Amino acid sequence: MTEKQSVISARNLDLTFQTNDGPVHALKDVNLEIKDGDFVSFIGPSGCGKTTFLRVMADLEQPTGGTVTVNGVSPEEARRQRAYGYVFQAAGLYPWRTIGGNIRLPLEIMGVPKSEQAERVNRVLELVELAGFEKKFPWQLSGGMQQRASIARALSFDADILLMDEPFGALDEIVRDHLNEQLLHLWERTGKTIAFVTHSIPEAVYLSTKIVVMSPRPGRITDVIDSPLPKDRPLDIRDTPEFLEVAHRVREGLRAGHQDD
Amino acid sequence: MRRSVVPVLSVVGFLLVMWYAAAVWLNAPWAYDKATRSGEVLTTSTLVADTWSQEKPKLPAPHQVGKEIWKTTVEKKITSKRSLIYHSWVTLSATLLGFVMGTGLGILLAVGIVYNRTMDMSVMPWVIASQTIPILAIAPMIIVVLNAVGISGLLPKAMISMYLSFFPVVVGMVKGLRSPDQMQLDQMRTWFASKSQTFWKLRLPASMPYLFTSLKIGMAASLVGAIVGELPTGAVAGLGARLLAGSYYGQTIQIWSALLMAAALAASLVGIIGIIQRVTLKRMGMA
Repeated sequence: MTEKQSVISARNLDLTFQTNDGPVHALKDVNLEIKDGDFVSFIGPSGCGKTTFLRVMADLEQPTGGTVTVNGVSPEEARRQRAYGYVFQAAGLYPWRTIGGNIRLPLEIMGVPKSEQAERVNRVLELVELAGFEKKFPWQLSGGMQQRASIARALSFDADILLMDEPFGALDEIVRDHLNEQLLHLWERTGKTIAFVTHSIPEAVYLSTKIVVMSPRPGRITDVIDSPLPKDRPLDIRDTPEFLEVAHRVREGLRAGHQDD
Repeated sequence: MRRSVVPVLSVVGFLLVMWYAAAVWLNAPWAYDKATRSGEVLTTSTLVADTWSQEKPKLPAPHQVGKEIWKTTVEKKITSKRSLIYHSWVTLSATLLGFVMGTGLGILLAVGIVYNRTMDMSVMPWVIASQTIPILAIAPMIIVVLNAVGISGLLPKAMISMYLSFFPVVVGMVKGLRSPDQMQLDQMRTWFASKSQTFWKLRLPASMPYLFTSLKIGMAASLVGAIVGELPTGAVAGLGARLLAGSYYGQTIQIWSALLMAAALAASLVGIIGIIQRVTLKRMGMA
């Protein structure tokens, strides 16, 4: 097998926000390589810049130093090519559109032909196990189903990269477990590269092939852990010694970040 | 719907009782005057009967106004100069034209304010200032100026309606077009949506509930504008003209019937917008 291609690459990345209370170093000297097909989690306390980093990849924030490339081009060019799907913390479905209509929205914007739209909507609804809900309005669905619909929307235009910003943060533990399992299946079936922001250690360890531990003031990477867990992960893998060992290392990394204060 | 019938009828009943009582109280001095001059002695029942049937009462009783409205709507031909329906139509046409112009102007200004920083800084203060000028002061000037350049009839009145009705639309639409949050706008950005796509697919649909609320206020304001526009010009037709003529000749019954007609007109117009609102928002899944 040949070496996997680099999809997202950050070099000496700096981002400083100018606020009324003075400059805030959201990211400082961040270096990272995300390879094709990786599932990378970013974990850290609030203010560590994990969401900011994701937003830089999506061209929603501009770095003040260093470089990022997405698919070998600048984030802006990648955004122009619609190279990634972005899932926000809230589902953000339009209340005046049905689930199908919401998933069709990016397709309409990108000018996908009508006939193809329907076919794609069906396919992604199937992927997130929401087949049959196409004609329902968002308020008729539970929070977990809404978030699944928003993932379907991010998948609908077939970008190879999926950027997810704490997509399950507002959901309860049981729903979250279920969605985590589904997300792994989906990742396996589609082979997408996923960057996933979370503040839950078990979630990060369960999902990822690579865990990036970050710490605040200034936001920086303190540890990058390549997960030794197998690709096939039933939920009870979380009770195995291997899993607990990785979780322990993540916890250590988070603690080390805090001691600098 | 059914549940609101009883409360509404009770309120109407209460108002009618108060109205009749007020009619007795306000019209009694004149009844006593007449009685003293003719040397009659008024019993309670004759006093009440007199106060409810005077020809030019200070406050006409409800049934007098009702009879007048019946006479001037059902029993008169619509083309007659004395038909209240004819006068209502004159006012209604100006109201509707002004409402359409005001809504259009309001939406255009709101889009400008939301999309253009210069307009955001400069237009809003003027919009607010425009509403601090009493309409009664500016209405005659608008009509005189437009007359001088040869515009008369429907348009000057509609301009005054527009002047009153664009304001709620601007305020409501600016708020509505700005109602999508940062996350929804970021989402559009991630899809590389153009400005016009963001407008048509996000901002405009999101503003619909705000628009309808504004339209209701704008419609009522528009009717007021059309009536005010008829007052200072010695207009010969329209509800405003009826009000003015009634007050010249002390025809209180005529004034009240025109007033009630205007109120009914306003209620139906606002009601129609309410129905359109409910149907539209229901179809959009927002109600």
